[in-house]
Amino acid sequence: MSGRRVLIIVPAWNEQDAIVGTVNEIRECAPDADLLVIDDGSSDHTAARARAAGAIVCPLPFNLGVGGAMRTGYRYALRHGYDAAVQIDADGQHDPRYLAGLLEALDSADVVIGARFATRDDPYKVRGPRRWAMVMLARVLSRLAHTRLTDVTSGFRVSNRRAISVFATHYPAEYLGDTVESLVIAARAGCTITQVPVTMRARIAGRASHSPVKAAVYLCRAVVALVLALVRDWPAQVEETPVDTTAPEPTAPEPPVDREPRHEQEVGR
Amino acid sequence: MSGTTILGVAGSIIILLALFEMMRRHRLREKYALIWALVALAIITVAAFPALLINASQAIGLAVPANLLFFVASMVIMILTLQHSSELGRLEERTRTLAEEIALLQLEIDQLRGHDGLAGPADQHDELRE
Repeated sequence: MSGRRVLIIVPAWNEQDAIVGTVNEIRECAPDADLLVIDDGSSDHTAARARAAGAIVCPLPFNLGVGGAMRTGYRYALRHGYDAAVQIDADGQHDPRYLAGLLEALDSADVVIGARFATRDDPYKVRGPRRWAMVMLARVLSRLAHTRLTDVTSGFRVSNRRAISVFATHYPAEYLGDTVESLVIAARAGCTITQVPVTMRARIAGRASHSPVKAAVYLCRAVVALVLALVRDWPAQVEETPVDTTAPEPTAPEPPVDREPRHEQEVGR
Repeated sequence: MSGTTILGVAGSIIILLALFEMMRRHRLREKYALIWALVALAIITVAAFPALLINASQAIGLAVPANLLFFVASMVIMILTLQHSSELGRLEERTRTLAEEIALLQLEIDQLRGHDGLAGPADQHDELRE
């Protein structure tokens, strides 16, 4: 893998039936990469099985959602000086055989999305309000990132050091924030975004819901998430964050408790 | 004394006593107690001098003084609730950050133990959670 140190982050919540297969498949496709499973407060045997399968397991004390799990993963990547971080879902939706292609695209961009709907014969079909939401999100994000993006809600993505340091501090916990808003943050922090077409599989265990009401709710939440992401005051520029975990504390006096920065700027060190 | 005066005074005395008792038991921090104390004092003032309320509502052209009272009361409650929501959100964000840090530290400890050969990185803490 072109000499890069790659960390694969797998957020997992109650995925005991799928996690072993996912871990094994990833290790087969990327034997050189380190594999970190973030156990998002599972109440089943996800952590133990992932550990037994040979992954590094980071157990969150309670469920934080994908956003919390991923920020933990990006912090780990930042502190241990990885060159690239890959996000793969634990449910087997994302095929790790695309990994090499995604990592290759990282040469020309800071964030690479493994995107559905990029080719005409994509078997992954979505209809109704859910589709409108996805199209709308994709259009807006494409404008923002100055490139064509077809699938911004994909949780299959690769980031380089620059993007890792952004995500280690700013990775929203809200639903849809973890995919859409984090991309907006990355774009506004000056990261370049690109995509590589992938085909996603049906989930190994469990399935996504397709009720029209839920789809409509999804559309509304997508609009809200997008508008909020666009008007929020994220940092315009992200400075290089030191990778060294033993970096000395800044000598500046502690800010008063009530006026600390809203997004916990200091924590990523 | 009219009924409204008695109600107003009794209500604010109850608030003030509750505030005092909660602060005495360390159940309420001063920064929250202050705003409630101000609310109680405002109620006492209006109850003791109803002319204040009547004059104020006349000045802004309200026929029924009670409307002004209800409006101001609902605004105060809304602002307080909003402030609590924002405080809650901030606390959630901090809890989230702490949880992430704990998880990373836990992992670090496990890895160090594993390297020293003292104990395997496996499952000791699994049954401790939840």
